[in-house]
Amino acid sequence: MSASRFTLHRLWAIVLKEFIQMKRDRVTFGMMVGIPLMQLMLFGFAINSDPKHLPTAIRAADQGPFARTLVAALRTSGYFTLTHEAATEAEAHRLLQLGEVQFVINIPEDFSRRLLRGERPTLLIEADATDPSATGPALNAVRAIADHVLDRDLTGPLARLRAKAGPIDLQLHAHYNPENITQYNVVPGLMGVVLTMTMVIITALAITRERERGTMENLLSTPVRPFEVMLGKILPYIVVGYIQVTLILVAAHWVFRVPMMGSLPLLYAVSLLFIAANLAMGITFSTMAKNQLQAVQMAFFFFLPSILLSGFMFPFRGMPEWAQWIGSILPNTHYLRIVRGILLKGNGLAEITPHLWPLLAFLVVAMAIGVKRYRQTLD
Amino acid sequence: MSAPPAASSPGSDFAIDVTGVTKRFGTKTVVNAIDLRVRRGEIYGFLGPNGSGKTTFIRMLCGLLTPDAGTGTCLGYDVRSQQADIKRHVGYMTQKFSCYDDLSIRENLDFIARLYAVPDRRTAVQQSLERLGLTRRSHQLAGELSGGWKQRLALAACLIHSPQLLLLDEPTAGVDPKARREFWDEIHRLAAEGLTVLITTHYMDEAERCHRLAYLAYGKLLTHGTLEDVLASVRLTTWTVTGPGLLDLAKKIRGLPGIEQVVAFGTTLHVSGRDAAALEASLTSIRDPRHEWKKIRSGLEDVFISLMDAAKDNFA
Repeated sequence: MSASRFTLHRLWAIVLKEFIQMKRDRVTFGMMVGIPLMQLMLFGFAINSDPKHLPTAIRAADQGPFARTLVAALRTSGYFTLTHEAATEAEAHRLLQLGEVQFVINIPEDFSRRLLRGERPTLLIEADATDPSATGPALNAVRAIADHVLDRDLTGPLARLRAKAGPIDLQLHAHYNPENITQYNVVPGLMGVVLTMTMVIITALAITRERERGTMENLLSTPVRPFEVMLGKILPYIVVGYIQVTLILVAAHWVFRVPMMGSLPLLYAVSLLFIAANLAMGITFSTMAKNQLQAVQMAFFFFLPSILLSGFMFPFRGMPEWAQWIGSILPNTHYLRIVRGILLKGNGLAEITPHLWPLLAFLVVAMAIGVKRYRQTLD
Repeated sequence: MSAPPAASSPGSDFAIDVTGVTKRFGTKTVVNAIDLRVRRGEIYGFLGPNGSGKTTFIRMLCGLLTPDAGTGTCLGYDVRSQQADIKRHVGYMTQKFSCYDDLSIRENLDFIARLYAVPDRRTAVQQSLERLGLTRRSHQLAGELSGGWKQRLALAACLIHSPQLLLLDEPTAGVDPKARREFWDEIHRLAAEGLTVLITTHYMDEAERCHRLAYLAYGKLLTHGTLEDVLASVRLTTWTVTGPGLLDLAKKIRGLPGIEQVVAFGTTLHVSGRDAAALEASLTSIRDPRHEWKKIRSGLEDVFISLMDAAKDNFA
């Protein structure tokens, strides 16, 4: 039967129709361009996993030169901004309790004396650790400072007091992002998040809207095939997806100065797979949802794990195994690794191939479910 | 009537030829063993109360639903197995306006023409616009049209691929009388050109413009045939009465033996019943010289209401 074969002219009919409708719906189109820019500005500038200039109180019982050197070093590390001076322990604790300060640095009165005697005086730093990610980097910095800050003061006979090197000279190098610039991680990650959000929602609405407006019955009574409808609705949004990718890359380069080590054509090529996977997911949702509200809810149901379990927000390896297992189904997880790999590590096709298969598998499965669920009759 | 045509002969006399067509949703039988034959070039009116199964039946004819039982052909194609072929040759106008609101008239027609791979599409779209008088409005968005224009557009859309059978589901609901008349003139022109039309309606004047009628209630086909056949199928007697105090009279005669319908039409009252003798006996008992009684031919509406009441006793 010639009527049941896939034809390009019917596919093209759907594609054209979708483009016209997209053109008419200016608000939605504006959002599709606006959302990535807004999220980029918000998250790009707002999220910082290496917070600095944290408010700090100092309780210095010893005002000697060593103590002053130490405080100056802490201040120049950039992590601590001295906002309060506490006279008593109680006052210091109150500041912590009220959240006025993140840290209290306690320098005991016999600091200089015990230092000179080689008795390793205590430097107590109290931290408000309710949010570990806020205090962690700062505390690491303190450790490094404490080891070597006094080296310059401890000269001549005092040189023996310098920190002794251990049996192993431990050196840590931070690769790919030695300065720990959060944007380098967040901005490429945003590409996956923005695409997941807009692509899934837009297509989740695509078929549901036809059903709600009553145009579906008309469409079903024509010879158009399910695969033609799906593909016809996906193709126009692939173009939109590429616009979003380009916007983010331009901003990443010019605004956030994210390094681009790898091949951009490669990144564009593999983005196709990711965009298509999300669109197929959206279409599948739209065949399940009874109305547009349900479609949006389903899209969010998919969107949240794509943010939380993909390694965008929290370190992937820190999650329990079952969560990692869920995470590795999600297209965003693999796309994040691909994008970060290409941009920050200069990965080539060989390095990213292990992440292409899961994307392809997801696309095929989502599309298959969608086509199967798209009913050609109203039965 | 001639013998039923072979299932795969598109050239037969009947555009629609189905027997025992049944559709159930859950435990509810929406369409119950309907037999229907519609000749090519005929305008066939489908009437019946809301929820009587008209739309479900039409959806089965155009391949949108698969019958649970029954066999038959639509344009010579099997309604169960050749739905894709049926779709190519049938124009279906849904009850709800189903063109895209955010596409212009021309874009809507162009879209449908592309789906059907209409040869020489541009010309076909242009001709369709001209035929329905939509040329000047071709760039207007479908969503901004008034009811009558929407209906014209929907009709143009389901004619663009030159179908052989037109299935129209309440096409004139909410359309003004003038637009309704023009619509029916168009339907008659199309039928004269050989197009078969199956049309559902609630309007009696429209029913009278069909070549044949069928009346559906509770999923059952209660009667069918020409207007005369349908009127004769129910032996209904109708009297009219004029005069003072009709409201009181109506109250008084309702429930008397043989009286089934008492309907007010302006300043007259129509009184009908299937048992002519019992009806006349009851009327004699309440004769009042101030009233003027006249026996008339029963109208289609009286007949349909009578059919529905009888059906309610039988099936409901």
